[in-house]
Amino acid sequence: MSHGVKVRVWGDLALFSRPEMKVERCSYDVMTPSAARGILEAIYWHPGMRWIIDRIYVRKPVRFTSVRRNEVKDKVLASKVLSAVNGGKNPLYISTKKTIVQRASILLQDVDYVIEAHFEMTEQATDSDNPGKFKDIIMRRLRKGECYHMPYLGCREFPANFELFEKADIDTAYPGEDKDLGYMLYDFDYSDPMDIQPMFFRAVLRDGILELRDCEVVR
Amino acid sequence: MGDVIRNRYEFVVLFDVENGNPNGDPDAGNLPRIDPESGYGIVTDVCLKRKIRNYVDTIKEEKEGYKIYIKEDVPLNRSDLTAYSYLGTTEKGIKDLKKNDPDVDRKIRDFMCKNFFDIRTFGAVMTTFVKAALNCGQVRGPVQLGFARSVDPIISQEVTITRVAITTEKDAENKSTEMGRKSIVPYGLYRVEGYISANLARKVTGFSEEDLELLWEAIINMFEIDHSAARGKMAVRELIVFKHSKEMGDCPAYKLFDAVEVHKKEDIIYPRQYKDYSVTIHEDQIPDSVEISRKI
Repeated sequence: MSHGVKVRVWGDLALFSRPEMKVERCSYDVMTPSAARGILEAIYWHPGMRWIIDRIYVRKPVRFTSVRRNEVKDKVLASKVLSAVNGGKNPLYISTKKTIVQRASILLQDVDYVIEAHFEMTEQATDSDNPGKFKDIIMRRLRKGECYHMPYLGCREFPANFELFEKADIDTAYPGEDKDLGYMLYDFDYSDPMDIQPMFFRAVLRDGILELRDCEVVR
Repeated sequence: MGDVIRNRYEFVVLFDVENGNPNGDPDAGNLPRIDPESGYGIVTDVCLKRKIRNYVDTIKEEKEGYKIYIKEDVPLNRSDLTAYSYLGTTEKGIKDLKKNDPDVDRKIRDFMCKNFFDIRTFGAVMTTFVKAALNCGQVRGPVQLGFARSVDPIISQEVTITRVAITTEKDAENKSTEMGRKSIVPYGLYRVEGYISANLARKVTGFSEEDLELLWEAIINMFEIDHSAARGKMAVRELIVFKHSKEMGDCPAYKLFDAVEVHKKEDIIYPRQYKDYSVTIHEDQIPDSVEISRKI
């Protein structure tokens, strides 16, 4: 029994940041497997299951645009919070005037993908969990447009519309073409929470399809 | 603090600008942002979030639970220690605290969410003590905004202005006026779409029904306290809220957004006022379980 689903996601803008260019963010040409996993997890996830992305279909030509924004470079520092709690003198806030930075982002425009994925059960599944139950929940959510939170295309300001893709054939923007996209982020290895490692793979877009089954993952 | 929200929401905001610059583009010498391919005007999500923060900051004046973390200006140093009793800590050293209380990461997160409206609403990036302990590293807030885009392509107009006051003494010897530039959009109606996840509110930040009311109020009034020479006349014209009957929602968000149709009226070639547009909500495309309300 297969527990695969095909989900169409689309939106006006997307930003799948390249880790090597993350200050002035630049998007990959196509969605990364980890972004696809994030989208599916926004729709449904449970500790008893794990999403595995099989293929990503690119249905619209890759086009870029850029946006420069005023951003804040600081984070909420735990030490600052604690000193404020303990009666420290410094007020607890970030002044945008002091920490402002202007950063450009290179975004993808008008994207449309079909994510083909399946899930596997994990050891954390309880006795009452079973693949059929998960599959039913997933299909119901996809059909009704229910989600845990609104999925997004790389960053939260670029919301992803989603629907169950039910047609048998999936058209792509690049039939009969091979595009080598170079090394791309595959996902993070969270197995050791104290030492999370990125994983990469050689991305080749064949006929507009990013094949992720049996791909060689490099750390 | 009131009850945490129990319904998923989506909302559409229509706002317009008259002879002003709604959002300057740092890449283009502060001209109004334009999508170069289509000519549609853009206002970024962060621009609108800034205005919502400013509104809440102005109205609540640092009231407990409604502080704003990311501020534009230096605040009055009003450190209200009673507000901080939440953590229940008297320990001085961070190390001791960490040792005694493994939950401190979560407590700090909850503390920040409880005290700061913007963190409760939009989330924040937080650091923890130990490098790789990513437990409370980020808070995703329930409210998510996209980019605003104009309904029709906009034209940006350069207006050259003069002033009689000269900045430096040296210049004043040679000339009596200085020239400046302003860029304005004669008229533009913008549309932005937003999402509120009840799950993130319940499980992470505790965004409540009261907060929601404040958010609507802030959206409606966000330009009312933001007048400036650059902005011209800006106003929120429509806030259409879709309330789902369930936490997870009843139907896809795009169906709701598609049901709100905004276009300029047939005989209008150059829209210059809000009356030149018509807004239709196709209620037949929306499931009965979704409650629609127009807040203005």
